[in-house]
Amino acid sequence: MNRTKPITGELLALKEEIEGYAIKAGLDFFPQIFEVCDYDTINILAAQGGFPSRYPHWKFGMDYDQLSKGYAYGLQKIYEMVINTNPCYAYLLQANNWVDQKIVMAHVYGHNDFFKNNAWFSNTNRKMMDVMANHGTKIRRYMDRYGADAVENFIDKVLSLENLMDINELFETSSLKRHRQEQSDQQKIESQDDGYLNDDRSQALKSFMRTKARINKRDEPLPKKEDDQISAERPLQNKSKDILGYLIQYAPIEEWQADIIGILREESYYFLPQRMTKIMNEGWASYWHSRIMTEDALDSSEIIDFADKHAGVMAMSRQNINPYKVGIELMRDIEYRWNRGMFGKEYNECTDMKEKHHWDTKLNQGRAKIFEVRKSHNDISFIDEFLTPDFCERQQLFTYKYNPRTGRFEIDSKDFLAIKQKLLSQLTNFGQPIIEVEDGNFMNRKELLLSHVHYGVDLDVNFASETLRNLYAIWRRPVNLKTKYEEKEVVFQYDGKEFKTIN
Amino acid sequence: MDHPIKRDHARFRKIVKGKIRDNLRKYVSHGSQIIPKGTDKFTVPMPTIDIPRFKFGDKSEGGMGQGKGEAGDPVNGQPDPNGQPGQGEAGEGEGHKELEVELSLEELARILGEELALPNIEPKGKKSLQSVVDRYTNIGTVGPDSLRHLRRTYKQALKRQIATDSYDPENPVIIPIRKDFRYRASDTKVEMQNAAVVIYMMDVSGSMGDEQKEIVRTESFWINLWLKSQYKDIEIRYIIHDATAKEVDEHTFFRTRESGGTLISSAFNLCKEIIEKDYNPNEWNIYPFHFSDGDNWSADDTKLCMDLLDKVILPVSNVFCYGQVESRYGSGQFYKDLVTKYGQTSDKLILSKIKNKEGILDSIKEFLGKGK
Repeated sequence: MNRTKPITGELLALKEEIEGYAIKAGLDFFPQIFEVCDYDTINILAAQGGFPSRYPHWKFGMDYDQLSKGYAYGLQKIYEMVINTNPCYAYLLQANNWVDQKIVMAHVYGHNDFFKNNAWFSNTNRKMMDVMANHGTKIRRYMDRYGADAVENFIDKVLSLENLMDINELFETSSLKRHRQEQSDQQKIESQDDGYLNDDRSQALKSFMRTKARINKRDEPLPKKEDDQISAERPLQNKSKDILGYLIQYAPIEEWQADIIGILREESYYFLPQRMTKIMNEGWASYWHSRIMTEDALDSSEIIDFADKHAGVMAMSRQNINPYKVGIELMRDIEYRWNRGMFGKEYNECTDMKEKHHWDTKLNQGRAKIFEVRKSHNDISFIDEFLTPDFCERQQLFTYKYNPRTGRFEIDSKDFLAIKQKLLSQLTNFGQPIIEVEDGNFMNRKELLLSHVHYGVDLDVNFASETLRNLYAIWRRPVNLKTKYEEKEVVFQYDGKEFKTIN
Repeated sequence: MDHPIKRDHARFRKIVKGKIRDNLRKYVSHGSQIIPKGTDKFTVPMPTIDIPRFKFGDKSEGGMGQGKGEAGDPVNGQPDPNGQPGQGEAGEGEGHKELEVELSLEELARILGEELALPNIEPKGKKSLQSVVDRYTNIGTVGPDSLRHLRRTYKQALKRQIATDSYDPENPVIIPIRKDFRYRASDTKVEMQNAAVVIYMMDVSGSMGDEQKEIVRTESFWINLWLKSQYKDIEIRYIIHDATAKEVDEHTFFRTRESGGTLISSAFNLCKEIIEKDYNPNEWNIYPFHFSDGDNWSADDTKLCMDLLDKVILPVSNVFCYGQVESRYGSGQFYKDLVTKYGQTSDKLILSKIKNKEGILDSIKEFLGKGK
């Protein structure tokens, strides 16, 4: 099924050229592979999250339906898809014109560099293409064995909970977990044979002896532990935001079901860093396509076309924040400020507006600063640290809300703090409500209690009730959700028969 | 081979159709939800197919935007959850806009047919022209290689090997020989070319209000849909009447409001003229529909109507349908008169009372359920 093919000829030469500019600019990226395909294929890829092979599910068909229609009616067009793998694959639309291909390639190198260097991506599996394909094979096999409907049905239920993730899990690599396990085992052993230190030798000496004992122990093989022990140690009252992980461990499900939850969980976590760095990632890629194009790649005859395309991507919207626009402007703003030393105590405390405006310490650390920013930040810390009142004013940012009196949405505020707060609250927990397992043995009846950490915005009750229904299908005992609704503490429950409010 | 996503897509379409079937009553009683698109496509809004998640439930909460303006200025339009221009990133798209799915006329009609268990219509026999079509639906033992049917060929080979005991389950190698080969072959089918005309008549006198017309409009939408799926070629004519009748186009048909009295015979007369002029009953399947609130000016006129029905309209029509829409002002007398004359059930005449929007689906079933 060769729907994509590697670039050749002129495009390949163009790739070499752009890659040269990217290297010159100091970008540090995975080996880059470009392939071309037709619009139908790129729609398929987009529907499948960029991957050529996924598990069978109708939601991909639905997205494909929408994308194809969008393309057919000329509403939207996908120029490129790039995925976070090593080597980094990117798909170009065959029908793009020459300038488009240039922009897209330059843009892709930006993403590639970001994938490789941003800390939040550091533990993503760069062989995800194979993993996804394997997941597909596995799930197809389950379908053969347990019935396509049963498996699909179960996937529907799990997808309902897919957005309930714990971003800290991104750094919970298996080696880290193993290390922690080892340490706790170690401690146990030590506390067991600490007995002989129970005398009146000095603390320093005890400490020394302990260390010595530890070093000796390290070389011995670990005592074999029984598997049951681990789960027995963990009480069901373990708080967790990683709902799917929790279900794998504690829900009364069969092995294949646990495996499916594991598969979907792994895929969700793979995409999580992309959801957490949308503004930065797009801003960074746009910054670089703009730079590479205007400084190196652009032929003078292509300037108008480039400007037109670039402006289209950067278009501001009165209804929504355009991550490309905010991202690129913020990157440029940081570069500008760090070039001129416009930060720190002295600058902040300067009250002379004119002096502030012309502030320039010739620091020239802009470029270094944005490279550092792209390495260590995510959208939240990025906005939190670098959004300035000046920037909001220049970018004409505003918040709006519904005015029931006039029946329309109206600009609410152009105040810096209001904007920043709104933006941050939209980005908190990658835009999803924070839900955690509070109790796996609620009321001592093996019921599940989730709690919604309420930051001022209620949940959509219809969706919540449907979601609880799906959760019930997995937990098979009544499921409860503690939240705040219309200013009141409530607990919603679905007990297999009806959705109701208790207490 | 097609990309596997086509299977996902087919599965999605199946789910969608199932949803529409489950909610058909709702769709039918809010006729305007289904939007015709071109001649044989329809757009159906689907609010509930997306996977439910815990999500924030606010529309009033607002959002953020960029652009000129001061506090209090309107933000044009509604917030668009998908408002992203230009390039797209391999990402997890949150926030689907309300899903709209496209269905072809056949698909929609099949849903209606299955849900209401509508029988297919037997077109009047000799009024059909025959035409011959070739379809590759058969299997033959000879044919060109390009039409070789691999699955059948191997099946045949397997059968032969099992029969001759040369099949070894431990080493399941199947080798087709010449005589196992199977080929796709064409079947010649005779298809009927048939044509139908639907003549809608509606009372537009003062007593028929907007709600009544809306019911007629919705009902005619579904009736047209069904008949279109049953006939190759279909024409639709519209007649409105109060004391006099005239032929109008579709737009006028649903929007005209007159205030005069009601002479149903005027419409029947015009209907008769149209049939006589344009539609030879030997070639056309004829479906006159009449909708009113049941008021007629006088008993004499009703008698005249019966005469017209008996002498001209009923003999040439497949079936004559009368739908009586309940209105505050209508007496419903005409329905009673028809019942007295023809009885509750008759071969040539179908009567239906439509109480309100919820009654539309049942009424459609009454009209089309006989397979006429």
